[in-house]
Amino acid sequence: MKRALIILALLGAGAAALVFWLGLRSDPGDISMVSPLQTPAGLSVEERGHYLVRVGDCMACHTRQGGADYAGGRMIPTPFGDFYSPNLTPDPETGLGNWSADDFWKAMHEGRSRDGSLLYPAFPYTNYTKLSRDDSDAMFAYLRTLPAVKEARREHQLQFPYNYRFLLVGWRALFFRPGVYQPDSAQDEQWNRGAYLVQGLGHCSACHEARNALGAVQSRDNPAGGLVLNWYAPALAAPAEAGVQHWPKEDIVRLLRDGIAPGASTLGPMAEVVYESLQHASAQDLDAMATYLKSLEPTQPPARGAVQVPTHAVDDMSKRGSLIYAEHCASCHGDAGEGAPPAAPALRGNRAVTMAAAVNPIRVVLFGGYAPGTAGNPRPFGMPPFGSTLSNQDVADVLTYTRSAWGNQGSPVSAAEVARNRQGPLW
Amino acid sequence: MLRKSRFAALLGLLMLGSVATAAVPDTMAQRMLACAACHGAEGRATGDGFYPRIAGKPAGYLYHQLINFREGRRLNAQMTYLLERQSDDYLREMAEYFAGLSLPYPPPQPNQAEPARLQRGLQLVRQGDTARGIPACNDCHGEKMTGVTPDIPGLLGLPYDYLVAQFGAWRQGTRHGAAPDCMAAIVAKLTPEDIDAAASWLAAQPMPADPHPATSLPKPLPVSCGSVTGPGASR
Ligand code: HEC
Ligand code: HEC
Ligand code: HEC
Ligand code: HEC
Ligand code: HEC
Repeated sequence: MKRALIILALLGAGAAALVFWLGLRSDPGDISMVSPLQTPAGLSVEERGHYLVRVGDCMACHTRQGGADYAGGRMIPTPFGDFYSPNLTPDPETGLGNWSADDFWKAMHEGRSRDGSLLYPAFPYTNYTKLSRDDSDAMFAYLRTLPAVKEARREHQLQFPYNYRFLLVGWRALFFRPGVYQPDSAQDEQWNRGAYLVQGLGHCSACHEARNALGAVQSRDNPAGGLVLNWYAPALAAPAEAGVQHWPKEDIVRLLRDGIAPGASTLGPMAEVVYESLQHASAQDLDAMATYLKSLEPTQPPARGAVQVPTHAVDDMSKRGSLIYAEHCASCHGDAGEGAPPAAPALRGNRAVTMAAAVNPIRVVLFGGYAPGTAGNPRPFGMPPFGSTLSNQDVADVLTYTRSAWGNQGSPVSAAEVARNRQGPLW
Repeated sequence: MLRKSRFAALLGLLMLGSVATAAVPDTMAQRMLACAACHGAEGRATGDGFYPRIAGKPAGYLYHQLINFREGRRLNAQMTYLLERQSDDYLREMAEYFAGLSLPYPPPQPNQAEPARLQRGLQLVRQGDTARGIPACNDCHGEKMTGVTPDIPGLLGLPYDYLVAQFGAWRQGTRHGAAPDCMAAIVAKLTPEDIDAAASWLAAQPMPADPHPATSLPKPLPVSCGSVTGPGASR
């Protein structure tokens, strides 16, 4: 009996030690790996860093609207509460003024601040850990050249118990392993470059993977779709959602660079990624990402819960929906959902419309929106918001119709789901 | 018009047997249809008191507002959401498009304000209140209150609710103009009664026969405004 207790206690202590070790151990990282992103000769380290910071989209989170570049203060809403990004300018008091390149590497590679405290994964170091040391150093060198801006850090507003930073020890033990990207020797250079961008610097999986109740991405190298910033980020490997394996490479490049492509356009958080970051990526890097995305093993879209619309109601909804469609939508999207590019995308055969998760089409109809204004699409056409003209039931009806007309095979949308999406910050 | 062009597209389809798409004109008007959902057809304002008219306002003024929404100097979640990721050039083109629309104005809203209040409003507009350092609204917004191109808006043809909301926004710091923000300074000096009086009077006026903004300031600005450039902009 006593022996059993001792064994149990030892096991418990062992498990705790393991958790602490996994959560707190320091990892110098493989500093021998050289970045696959060789840049044209003649570019200074700072210029290279500037480019990397752009493609890493540090701006989107670390600059608040109307605030100084990289001075932080932007609110990032999550299910755990609101995070406020810190100041990355070289101000000694409120920014990174007293940081060394080693401190910066520790943050990017290990997710730990200068004083050793653990960082929340709202900062996607879970992706940036794949970066090479030379890329981290170049980014830091660029950040040093910014004007120092005094902007004090705002405290995160997190729910209990997430407001206890030390609990991240357990989270990290479960979900985080630091590790620099290791090239796959079976693949060519361009593929490896793309993988490094998509998995690491571009942190696509930070949005495109489903997260569990603790905010950890659920799968590792198999992006599976998830809710982010009130939008649904579709699964990057599933052709029924965001998979682009069957697209010509030029179209993938156009989507990432211009924000629109034949039959698709970027919305909400993805429009931000294009506008702030991807439109500035080099032709070679865009091509590399397209190469890698095309090579992903196609997956089935993630399973969704059953729809809460009784089947007998669906016919009526569709009937009402077809009238609403004719009155409000057909003038742009066409009588048969065929669209009128570039003025309006087709809704027929458009996976952004038929995807199992109806969040995005609901938000588009309620709040409207413009594709990002990029060099390739500088004067986008806009989708009008219908939030004040159409009731929740109307929106459910017209989407139920749109998702099932003209050969589309999407599931019905309930008024309750529309109501849920009227709230929350716009993105 | 649309029907006709769709018919043409259909004909084209029949002749070519290619993929059908609705024909939608490649114009600025088509691009700006999304704005009509709130600002009314062609930006001439809806019955709802919170959506301002944008058609026919001076281009520079409209442009500054679009930039202000984009940069978060003027807070309105919907406006910011729509403009957040558009370039300066495109915002300028939007401003010029709406500034160039010359559309009839609806008659003013029926008004129940008592004469004393309207009198006070008229006084603020024409004379200001020298004792309290409030310049006449006329000095900047134009003799006829239809604004001055390119940067100063007219104040007629706006709903009472919208006007009051703007004064409130400057007070609470949710609306800012370029520094020095002359309107913020003026609003800080107005009492709630002044605001009510000025908004009541403004909302009750019919548009003059020529609703276009004046093309030059009557005299140099009484205080300088960061958003106003050109002759007479600073005193
Ligand atoms: C999705 C939003 C997001 C993106 C993108 C992002 N960050 Fe952050 N970052 C944060 C948040 C939130 C924190 C604060 C984390 C915390 O308090 O634990 C943070 C923290 C940091 C820190 C630690 C600062 C400190 O004082 O400890 C550094 C360094 C940093 N980010 C650099 C970057 C760089 C460089 C990039 C681009 C390559 C980047 N971040 C991209 C959200 C983001
Ligand atoms: C901030 C979150 C976020 C990040 C980071 C992000 N995405 Fe997205 N992405 C989304 C959302 C939300 C959507 C769905 C809305 C839409 O269709 O634009 C989306 C849609 C897409 C689509 C489908 C577009 C369509 O309509 O078919 C592709 C492809 C895509 N993303 C690729 C990427 C790639 C590649 C990266 C990394 C370089 C990336 N995304 C990074 C949020 C994100
Ligand atoms: C004035 C023209 C116009 C009207 C009217 C209009 N739309 Fe749209 N719609 C657009 C444009 C333009 C886009 C692309 C927006 C973007 O790229 O962000 C769009 C996008 C969409 C999308 C997202 C498609 C995608 O590929 O991501 C859906 C869903 C949609 N509209 C449904 C509707 C419905 C339902 C109605 C009627 C209630 C409607 N639209 C009325 C112009 C219009
Ligand atoms: C969802 C409704 C909505 C849509 C759609 C919308 N706006 Fe607005 N807009 C508003 C509201 C509300 C205000 C007033 C905000 C305030 O009180 O500060 C406003 C204010 C403005 C102003 C400032 C007017 C002034 O006199 O100061 C301009 C300019 C403007 N909008 C332009 C546009 C343009 C251009 C579009 C289309 C790209 C657009 N709006 C679409 C709701 C909307
Ligand atoms: C010193 C010049 C000046 C004076 C005096 C002045 N204004 Fe203004 N006003 C402006 C400018 C400039 C703007 C545009 C601000 C911007 O670009 O953000 C403006 C904007 C406004 C607006 C916003 C209009 C809209 O469409 O949203 C209102 C309302 C207004 N003024 C009311 C008044 C009233 C009432 C008075 C008199 C008590 C007054 N102003 C006196 C310069 C002035």
